[in-house]
Amino acid sequence: MSGTLKPFNAVLGWARKFSLFHYPFVTACCGMEYMSAACAHFDLDRFGAGWTRFSPRQADLLIVVGTVNEKLAPVLRTVYGQMVDPKWVIAFGACAVSGGIYDNYAVVQGIDTLIPVDVYIPGCPPRPETVLDGLIRLQEKIQKQDQDWRWRKRRS
Amino acid sequence: MEKKTLLTGLRDALADGVLGAAESPDLPVLTIRPEALVLLVRTVRRDPFRLDVLLDLTCLDDPSAAGRFTVVYHFASFLTPARLRVKVPLDGDEPAVDSLTSFWPNAAWLEREVYDLFGVRFRGHPDLRRLLLHEGFEGHPLRKDYPLRRRQPRPPDEVGP
Repeated sequence: MSGTLKPFNAVLGWARKFSLFHYPFVTACCGMEYMSAACAHFDLDRFGAGWTRFSPRQADLLIVVGTVNEKLAPVLRTVYGQMVDPKWVIAFGACAVSGGIYDNYAVVQGIDTLIPVDVYIPGCPPRPETVLDGLIRLQEKIQKQDQDWRWRKRRS
Repeated sequence: MEKKTLLTGLRDALADGVLGAAESPDLPVLTIRPEALVLLVRTVRRDPFRLDVLLDLTCLDDPSAAGRFTVVYHFASFLTPARLRVKVPLDGDEPAVDSLTSFWPNAAWLEREVYDLFGVRFRGHPDLRRLLLHEGFEGHPLRKDYPLRRRQPRPPDEVGP
């Protein structure tokens, strides 16, 4: 990062971490916990992640909620590819993290074999508090990361 | 219709096509030869049985049994409370049975699912392709001899990330 931009890194990180537009890729029962976490009782919106976008083009946080089958794997990769940078991914629940209880012919053993994952939220299903904890950890990660990579990419 | 009346009536209609009959606690169960399936379906759809709904169609794999695969049909009726379960044991090497798509259109997907997961062929099916697994998947994973943790190559991406 060049010296002139360094003071703005924290500001950009602050702005990005509190304006997460998330795209829920919901395939299974964890979706109920996602809804619970996203709705008024637990309220993801308190942390600046209230805007659910149902188009990956408008989202910068992909939340993969539930079991991903081998047949669904190309779809998930396409959805991830359609998102614009900067983008982050949360693996929500045991199935998305590792395949969960489904160690068989049909289920992908963790979505990190398909796309890069930033935060893993374990649980079958995770409690909404765990989801909020995962979101806060992602925000810490965004705050600390180098925000300058877009300009660096353009220069190279 | 009582279970007993139903089973006796079908025994009379099918004669030596019937391998066995039982009044299980839930449904009357009829075991028949695969050749007798179409005759059975023609019979149960008419009076006095009027079992005009195909509720379910599935399969069992028991390698220890003489006929390794058993296709199981559940029939019901819109007019009466009667229900019937029909078991059709099949040969283990090349299991095949007649398709019921000409009687019930909903048999098409059920038979495709059984073909996909068990490899049972349905003669006369208009479009016997895999239903749940991707094209290019090898083998039939609900067979007992399919390795539990075998992994297969994924289908290619249509649009890369």
